[in-house]
Amino acid sequence: MKTQKISKRSKRINDFVIKIATVNGTGSASANGLLLKALFRMGIPVVGKNYFPSNIQGLPTWYEIRVTGDGHNSASNEIDIVIAMNAQTYKKDLMSVQPGGYLIYDSTWPRSKLLDRTDISVIGIPFSKLCIENFEGIRSRILMKNIAYVGALAAFIKIDISIIKSLLNETFAKKKHLATSNLEAIMLGHDYVKENLTHPLPLTVKKLNKTKNHVIIDGNTAAGLGCVYAGATVGAWYPLTPSTSVMDSYQAFCSQYRKNKDGKNNFCIIQAEDELAAIGMVLGATWNGARAFTPTSGPGISLMSEFIGFAYYSELPAVLFNIQRTGPSTGMPTRTQQCDLLLCAYASHGDTKHPMLFPANPEDCFHMTLAAFDLADELQTPVFLMSDLDVGMNDWMCKDLEWDNNYKPKRGKVLSADQLEKIEKFYRYYDSDGDGIPYRSLPGVHPKGSFFTRGSGHNKYGGYTEDGHEYQEVVDRLKVKWNTARKMMPKPKIKYSKKNDIAIIAFGSSHGAAQEAIINLKKNGIDVNYCQIKAFPFQNSIEKFINKHKRVYVVEQNRDAQMRSLIMLDLELDADKLLSILHYNGNPIYANVISDELMKSEIKF
Amino acid sequence: MSYISKPKVSHPKSKINSIGLKRRDYEGVVSTLCAGCGHDSITAALIQAVFEMGIEPHRLAKISGIGCSSKTPAYFVSESHGFNSVHGRMPSVATGANAANRDLTYIGVSGDGDSLSIGMGQFTHVIRRNLNMTYIIENNGVYGLTKGQYSASADVGSRKKKGPANMQKPIDPVSMGIALGSTYVARGFSGDKDQLVPLIKGAIAHKGFGLLDIISPCVTFNDNPESTKSYSHVRKSQNEVVDTDFVPPAEEILTQYKEGEAMPVSLHDGSKIVFRKVDKNYDPTSRAAAYSYLRESQAKHEIITGLLYIDKETDDMHETIDSSSQPLSEVPYNELNPGKTELAKIMKRFR
Repeated sequence: MKTQKISKRSKRINDFVIKIATVNGTGSASANGLLLKALFRMGIPVVGKNYFPSNIQGLPTWYEIRVTGDGHNSASNEIDIVIAMNAQTYKKDLMSVQPGGYLIYDSTWPRSKLLDRTDISVIGIPFSKLCIENFEGIRSRILMKNIAYVGALAAFIKIDISIIKSLLNETFAKKKHLATSNLEAIMLGHDYVKENLTHPLPLTVKKLNKTKNHVIIDGNTAAGLGCVYAGATVGAWYPLTPSTSVMDSYQAFCSQYRKNKDGKNNFCIIQAEDELAAIGMVLGATWNGARAFTPTSGPGISLMSEFIGFAYYSELPAVLFNIQRTGPSTGMPTRTQQCDLLLCAYASHGDTKHPMLFPANPEDCFHMTLAAFDLADELQTPVFLMSDLDVGMNDWMCKDLEWDNNYKPKRGKVLSADQLEKIEKFYRYYDSDGDGIPYRSLPGVHPKGSFFTRGSGHNKYGGYTEDGHEYQEVVDRLKVKWNTARKMMPKPKIKYSKKNDIAIIAFGSSHGAAQEAIINLKKNGIDVNYCQIKAFPFQNSIEKFINKHKRVYVVEQNRDAQMRSLIMLDLELDADKLLSILHYNGNPIYANVISDELMKSEIKF
Repeated sequence: MSYISKPKVSHPKSKINSIGLKRRDYEGVVSTLCAGCGHDSITAALIQAVFEMGIEPHRLAKISGIGCSSKTPAYFVSESHGFNSVHGRMPSVATGANAANRDLTYIGVSGDGDSLSIGMGQFTHVIRRNLNMTYIIENNGVYGLTKGQYSASADVGSRKKKGPANMQKPIDPVSMGIALGSTYVARGFSGDKDQLVPLIKGAIAHKGFGLLDIISPCVTFNDNPESTKSYSHVRKSQNEVVDTDFVPPAEEILTQYKEGEAMPVSLHDGSKIVFRKVDKNYDPTSRAAAYSYLRESQAKHEIITGLLYIDKETDDMHETIDSSSQPLSEVPYNELNPGKTELAKIMKRFR
């Protein structure tokens, strides 16, 4: 038996990070998914992060699995094990292992002596050779090489092979031969380690019972499912990374659950010619009473902006999913950021502002999708679900999505034929309730419901106007509506103790990392309060929270501290006590960014 | 001046349509367009058509973009639902509206500025979807609201009232419509209401995309003799190749047509369009023939009018996507929501 040099370091169970470097389009996505699911089925909390190129085949891609028995909800930058399957990025991958860690590489071909590190353990396994000997055909050999590392890793960190077997059988239930060949490749890797190498490593997994009633799901799938449950019937979109899978999910669930008794579709998906058309279709549909939505990303919002202003002024509901990606311009389409806050909050020319929701994980994506449709209908205005690539496309462990059969969609002030029959005259934009929200009628329902929808100046009755006073009455009433909206937005989650005079504010995909950072800081003797913002416009409780502290660190994933600006604008607060912790390299944020930056800053005070 | 209301009194002997309404019930607010504008004549033809077809006003959706033409939905059928959207984007609004409620009548009003420049993408794609709607282009070769710049439909050498002649090649919506497979393509002239009314009725009754390009002179900026979109030029160059009658579902064809010249085509609602070929060489059911005839007449500087092409076979958008016959906006929520038990089942896929 060959032995490899294993660094003498303390054993760790259920707490380490594995990074797998491969070439995209070579089947590694299914291998990585298999690994993640196997760990999850062992009852161990996991975090999966996919770093993929804007490309279909041939470019480097990485997948990180964080095994976190403590159940943290964010990535970590401390990589313990790297599986280096991509010669192109070998040097970079070698450098990314933290001291004392492990690097596993394909030893079929010799590796330059220059590429070595003495502070880590480097383990060679001849994956290609094993697969060439056991499989026929180039494509199949490449695919199998990328599944073989699953077996090797299973042997190294003690993943239960029987769980991998049952996962394979479920995945390939209809293609038994694939289950067999995949398992064969896994066992090649597994048995090689068992027969030739020191195993297990000091880093191992052990069954826990922490994933019960949880699922592994991505935010876009959850959002698409949310659209089905919200009763949305019209989805219009233009393909755009990373938002595309929202519509894929809606399509898949609709094809199962939205056939009527005649076998016809109770849904309509339109792939538009561009985002300008997609939002126009959504507005045509909501004008006619359907719940309608469009998934997009920053570039799409830029294109939709003219119609967003139209919807604001003519008061049409719409749900827009902005799965944010790294800007500006084309930016890095497969990297994440929280960079469209100001764009969406004030999208379009003239005085406009729009409600936004900030999901922190896929569970939020599902429930906030429901909230977005309700708010859009009740407020008769476009509502943005501000997800991002990290929440939208990565696999997150979260609680089972649950449904309350008592839920009824809140369709807002829509007059029925009977109600219209009883009123003397209908005025579309008349605020009879004083909350800034007028009553709507839908085309075709009743002769008395007719009105003219326009983006041009109109008076409080809905008639065309160029009169300054009449114009101002309507835009002032829209401000009243904005204050009504403020009270209706989801409340922030606040953890407060009188003892602490500094606090962190985070939102969306930064929330998980912020929570872990707070634990890190406590270990370093710094106690902080916390506020997770869930929506814009901001509830007054956020202002009160900020006022109670000496310093508040706003954590966000963009260069220009957009959330901080938005807080100052919307709550009319001074800049003094609002400090920033910013992370904007396109990779998901991790806890150390927040705790390190905060500690560095606190030294000054 | 749209705040001036029209008197709602009508002559006691005025005609009543199949649902008990008078022509006056289909009027809108007073037009604010220039006196003599071709668009107002089109509005009058539209009122005539929907009145005679007995369309319930509140079941009619009028959608437009931006421009002089796009203002006109306010000037007909006040009791219907208007949607004056943004520049060039009427087709997308119509698509979404139709997706949500397939049972309403959709009339889109656009112009050459609105459809053939910023709106070109949406114009071509709504044809691809074969959306069941009537799409009217009120074509005058200039931008009126911004005071007389050439539009993309201006002919080479055509000269508007002020400034040099246009030297860029024109985009012809009719050629485009036929090339892209629009399933109903007609050209009319705002000065010929007798021809226009049946063309509009046919487009409304046609189940699919009904394109009507209507030459509509701009009296303020582009009605001088050197303009190819002027009343005088169109009257001189118009060649009506197909004369069309529209016969509503309940009526029989009473007019006698000479054998070989008349060709009745039944529409899905039981109404009929009867073509009378003024030019024996013309075949409005052949896309290839229609296209080549169009190109030949263009070369001769003729403006051919009439129902130039019809295709009843192609599926409309709802047929293509196989959507429910009940309007989607009316499907009850309990039929849209899979419920608690199913969500629990779905969750099992993600473990």
